[in-house]
Amino acid sequence: MIGLSHYLIVSAIIFSIGLVGVLRRRNLLMLFFATEVMLNAVNIAFAAISHYYNDLTGQMFAFFIIAIAASEVAVGLGILIVLYKKHGSLDLDDLASMRG
Amino acid sequence: MYELIAFYLFSALIIGLFLVTVMSKNILYAMTSLAAGMVLISGFFFTLGADFLGVVQLIVYVGAIMALYSFAMMFFDATKDIKEKNTSSALVFLLGGMSALVLVLIFVGLNQANLAHPDAITALYPMTEGVGNAQDVGMVLFTKYLVPFEVAAVMLLVAMIAGIILAGKKMDDSLTEDLGADEEIMIVKDKK
Repeated sequence: MIGLSHYLIVSAIIFSIGLVGVLRRRNLLMLFFATEVMLNAVNIAFAAISHYYNDLTGQMFAFFIIAIAASEVAVGLGILIVLYKKHGSLDLDDLASMRG
Repeated sequence: MYELIAFYLFSALIIGLFLVTVMSKNILYAMTSLAAGMVLISGFFFTLGADFLGVVQLIVYVGAIMALYSFAMMFFDATKDIKEKNTSSALVFLLGGMSALVLVLIFVGLNQANLAHPDAITALYPMTEGVGNAQDVGMVLFTKYLVPFEVAAVMLLVAMIAGIILAGKKMDDSLTEDLGADEEIMIVKDKK
C-alpha cells in the first residue's frame, strides 16, 4: 500500500536532483530548469500531504507555488534575453563581471 | 493495486526524465524531458485526488511555462550543445546524495512519529464529503484565501508587464546599450 512517506521520499529524491542541477550547472537557462524541478518536487509533497491528511491547505499552497513559478519564468526569461543581447552567452563564468 | 503500479511507474519515469533534464548538454533535450516529467507529475496529482491541481499543472506548467521557454529558445542558440565548465562533479553528487539521504531519513522518522500519535495533526480546511475537488478548492480559495489570491493576481500582472518591458521593448536594437554613445559614434564617423 502506498503511504504518505512513499510520496514524500519520491519528492525528496526529485528535490535533490534539482539541487544537484542548481549546484553543477553553469548555464543560466539550465539553472532555471533545475529550479522548476525543485518547485515541482515541493508541489508533489504538498499534494500528497493534502491527500493523506484530508486537508485542502496543501493544494492551496501548491496553487500559489505554481503562480510564483509562472511569474518567475516571465521575469527571468526577460532578463535572460537582455543578458544574451548584451553578452552573447548565458554562461555564468562569462557573466562574472565583479571579480576582485 | 493500480495505485501501486501508477506510483512506481510515475516515480521511476519522473526521476529518469528529471535526471535527463539536469544532466543533458542539449537545451532541447532538457526542455522536452522537463515537459514530459511535468505531465507525469500531473498524473501524480490525479492519483492523489487533486484533480484541479493536476489540470492547473497541465495548463500552466506544460502549456504556458514550457511554451514560454520554447519561445525564448528563439533568442538563444538551442541546437548546439552547451559547453560549460561544471564544478567538481564528485563533490556536487556527494552533496546532493547526502541531502537526499537526510531528507529521506527525516520523512521516515516523521512517519514513525506519526504512527505513534495518529491524531496529533488535524485538518485546517478539511475536504467536504460528496463534493468534487474543483468545487471544494473553489470554496476554500475564494473565502479563506481570497486576499492571497488577489495578491497573486497582481503579482502575475506585474510579472507580465516586467516581461514585456524586458523582452519586448525595441526588439530591433539593444536595450542596454547607451543610445547617446551610439549617436557620438555616428557623429565621429560623419566627421571622418
